[in-house]
Amino acid sequence: MLLSPALAISAVLFVLGVAGVLFRRNAIIIFMCVELMLNAVNLTFVALAQSLGMGGQVFVFFVMAVAAAEAAVGLAIILAVYRHKQSVSLQNMNLLKDG
Amino acid sequence: MTGTAVDLIWLAPALALLGFVLNGTLALTRPNSKTLVSVIGAGVLLAAFAVAVAVFSAFAGLHAEEPFVFRYWSWIPVGTLQIDFAFQVDQLSLIMLLVVTGVGSLIHLFSIGYMKEDPGYARYFAYLNLFIFFMLVLVLGASFPVMFVGWEGVGLCSYLLIGFWFSEAANATVGRKAFIMNRIGDFGFMVAMFMIFWSTGSLDFGTVFTHAPNALAAGGKTVTVITLFLFLGCTGKSAQIPLYTWLPDAMAGPTPVSALIHAATMVTAGVYLVARCNLLFAMAPVSSAVVAGVGALTALFAATMALKQWDIKKVLAYSTISQLGYMFLGVGTGAISAGIFHLVTHAFFKALLFLGSGSVIFALHRAYHHTHSHEDAQDMRNMGGLARYMPWTTALMWIATLAIAGVPPLSGFFSKDEILTSAYARGQGDVVWLVFWGLALVAALLTAFYMTRLMLYTFHGPNRTGEKEQEHLHEAPWIMTGPLLLLGIFSAAGGVINIPELYHGNAWLHHWLEPITQSSAPLLPAEHLAPATEWMLVGIAVAVALTGIVGALRLLKPEALVPAAKAPEERGFARILKNKWYVDEIYDALIVRPLVWLSREVLWKQIDQRVIDAAGVNGAARGARAIGWANRWLQNGQVGVYVAVFVVGVLLILWRATS
Repeated sequence: MLLSPALAISAVLFVLGVAGVLFRRNAIIIFMCVELMLNAVNLTFVALAQSLGMGGQVFVFFVMAVAAAEAAVGLAIILAVYRHKQSVSLQNMNLLKDG
Repeated sequence: MTGTAVDLIWLAPALALLGFVLNGTLALTRPNSKTLVSVIGAGVLLAAFAVAVAVFSAFAGLHAEEPFVFRYWSWIPVGTLQIDFAFQVDQLSLIMLLVVTGVGSLIHLFSIGYMKEDPGYARYFAYLNLFIFFMLVLVLGASFPVMFVGWEGVGLCSYLLIGFWFSEAANATVGRKAFIMNRIGDFGFMVAMFMIFWSTGSLDFGTVFTHAPNALAAGGKTVTVITLFLFLGCTGKSAQIPLYTWLPDAMAGPTPVSALIHAATMVTAGVYLVARCNLLFAMAPVSSAVVAGVGALTALFAATMALKQWDIKKVLAYSTISQLGYMFLGVGTGAISAGIFHLVTHAFFKALLFLGSGSVIFALHRAYHHTHSHEDAQDMRNMGGLARYMPWTTALMWIATLAIAGVPPLSGFFSKDEILTSAYARGQGDVVWLVFWGLALVAALLTAFYMTRLMLYTFHGPNRTGEKEQEHLHEAPWIMTGPLLLLGIFSAAGGVINIPELYHGNAWLHHWLEPITQSSAPLLPAEHLAPATEWMLVGIAVAVALTGIVGALRLLKPEALVPAAKAPEERGFARILKNKWYVDEIYDALIVRPLVWLSREVLWKQIDQRVIDAAGVNGAARGARAIGWANRWLQNGQVGVYVAVFVVGVLLILWRATS
């Protein structure tokens, strides 16, 4: 009975995450937006687990574990980039561009 | 196997090959061990000559009518094409074997003296031995392909020896010229071989000549085309019109090489080929007439060019072309024995002339070397009066000159007269042969004239070498004059092998070669001349020869000559002759330059550069670049853009999946 509002909230959260990744330049905010998308997906899993079985809830733990690992690596990268460039803006991270 | 010395025939080429291997090894490891090189180089040849004599006497004792074929191994077994590496011993190959090893031995001995100071001594003898090996394969081969191996091999050695002093670019160039012109002829030889296999199903001489009368229609198109292509091969190898221009240039090689390869042996391979295939040529009267006609024309044409050459070796080179023309006239008229007879006597007197000129050049070169002069040691305008310094060479050269001019009773008289007589005899049936006879007769007049001119300018009159040089002019050492002396004896007396019945001789060579020629004899018109006519022809020939000699003695003034460095340019007709009728220039304009133009302007600059390079290679690269350029906005290095594309892509996929 709470399925529809739960899915709606998760969709909103996901779109917010996508929009943040697309339009923000700050690496930390983009990183948080990625987390937001992951958790929006988690919410969908949990909501659907009510009707489709426990598999969704188990999967959420996997996603959280991966997200934790990703947070560790991702934050380390951002820290390294900041030490190197004194900035975490993605606009400065264009070394692959040909001049 | 015959159980006699004939079985040892393989030893002759094997010895020459052994000499090549040993001398080649020495050339690479110890190039200065000249004594050892001389012993090996000349030794294997003398041993090969001994083998040849032993084989010859054993063969003569067997009185064989059929050739002996020795099969050593199966060389090319492909379906119905079965080619064995086999040697054939018969009357014709034995004559060639004796000439090649005999004259070859003398020239090897001469080379020991002539090349003594050369840094490439070992290499020289290695090449010379290799040449003899291939020449023996050529004359002994029992099938067209085996002969072709020798045919190509002698061409290779000719190229190597013409360009022997390759550090001068001009020598290397004329070597290539000889090789390329020979390739044109070889093309003809190969086409002829294919056609022979196609029509008779074999390439062995024995099988081909047995099947030919059944497989080919006498006078038919096929046999005519085959023989014409064979003759194209001969014009290349034997320097006949139109492929003769390489031979005068081949004189850039050492003089003994000119004597051995470009006078006595290799260039006669074409005559040998026609004689070997006499049955095929007899079956194709048109081709025979072409052979004789080209021969007669070449004899005259080359003789005119010899008239105005100043380089002593060039005179002899044109003389060789001219004499080869006589041989082709002989074999073309069907007088195989006359052609081969002239081949043998010519090998003697032309080798003598070349070696004699070699000894003159040797003397002049040494004299100029002493005085540090850079005059041309081969230009007759720098010679004159050498008879005082070189009596032996002079006397022997005179013998050879009289022999080549056809003065009785020297060897050249008999052989040349026999060719002229047989051409005249064929003229009884068809007037075109009388024309050939007339051409050859004029050539004989010119031969006598230019040879006397050569002798007069070289050995008589005042000396023009130079004051300081004169005291350094000497006769060559005995190792060089010895072979000259032997060749002089052969040039003088070589005619005895085939004295015609007209002089109550036994025409030995003619009868000896009958087993070879008997199959073609019935196909040729039998022309018999009355003895009175024959005597008249002899009289004409001798008169012509004497006219040439006396004319040259009367007309030419060696006193009026000036050394080459101060000589004026020729004018008028003499200039045309001096420039060899501008044939080289005509070939250059008609063939070489259009070919070079085609290659450079069309094949290179258009096809290669524009089509293959530009459209093909660079076009592919440019295409890849254009595609990359068109899509490079995808890879602009902005992570945000990647994400946006990614999102758009996901949305597209979702939209496709749900709709």
